[in-house]
Amino acid sequence: MTTRFTPPTDPRLLARLHERLESRAIGVHAPDVHYRTVDSPVGRLLIAATEAGVARVAFEREDEEAVLQSLADRIGPRILRSPARLDAAARWFDAYFAGAHDPFRMPLDTRLARGFRLEVLGRLQDVPYGQRVSYAALAARTSSPRAVRAVGTACATNPLPLVIPCHRVTRSDGSVGAYLGGAETKVRLLALEATGVLPS
Amino acid sequence: MREPFEHVVAEHGETVWRVCRGLLPEHDAEDAWSETFLSALGAWDRFEGDRVRGWLVTIAHRKALDLLRASSRTLTPEEGVPDSPVPPRGRDLDLWAALARLPDGQRAAVVHHHIAGLPFDEVALVTGTSSVAARKAASDGVRRLRTLLVLEDA
Repeated sequence: MTTRFTPPTDPRLLARLHERLESRAIGVHAPDVHYRTVDSPVGRLLIAATEAGVARVAFEREDEEAVLQSLADRIGPRILRSPARLDAAARWFDAYFAGAHDPFRMPLDTRLARGFRLEVLGRLQDVPYGQRVSYAALAARTSSPRAVRAVGTACATNPLPLVIPCHRVTRSDGSVGAYLGGAETKVRLLALEATGVLPS
Repeated sequence: MREPFEHVVAEHGETVWRVCRGLLPEHDAEDAWSETFLSALGAWDRFEGDRVRGWLVTIAHRKALDLLRASSRTLTPEEGVPDSPVPPRGRDLDLWAALARLPDGQRAAVVHHHIAGLPFDEVALVTGTSSVAARKAASDGVRRLRTLLVLEDA
């Protein structure tokens, strides 16, 4: 009965309806989180933001559904895909991968990090473009100067990779160390910042 | 643990569209669709239960009534509505136009049961009738639709 009676719905109509919902979900109707994806040279990135600012950047290798569910659990389930709302954030990544040092100051919401991890994110933001710092040296700049492993954990759980540059933290022996986006991605990012060109 | 609202839109967006379009002219249906999901988005963190589709259809039904009321049309009782003219034989009347010719109670019952796929007990909750009355309205509505629609293999 249903299939017989109901004509197929044009996907463009549903897309237009969704865009209208996005444009109306503002102010008191704003969702807890809006998100979009961007295609970047290091793969598809998911960008999620609250009204306060960008709260999460996820690499393609992190499962998108798992990331969204985690945002639902930790921030709120009222999550809406709203690409246009995150156009500015998307431009930040475009500019960064094109070699811009600090494309522009993007509002951030660091609520997904707490305590010492949040402190480490603050220190990370002071590491200039193109420079490297060791986990031990970064720990030395915190309130727990010997908490090298905890610094490593803070970097590994950075909710805002690329924007908060945990890729600039490398091992004391010169090796790049682990990275949420993959060690090979970390190598490429460090090369981008050293030469202005992202190796393929 | 509640799933991200975007999943709800992805899963039920088309159904809600069909409900809105089944109850309203196209332009009003677009308004009703976004009103429905805007309301649902606002309440999603407080939603209880697992009948998401029924919940969305209930909201869509209310939004449709609001829009009809705003344009000073009303969902009228079935009795007293003159028979809609049957289109000339052989003319292909589309589903939405045919639905618009049904009395409101039949129209809602057909849309909620046959198009949205709700069981009659949920249709009854949405329309404020009994399950038996919803079943009868849907059955009468379908019979009438058959005379309005030129269905192949009918």
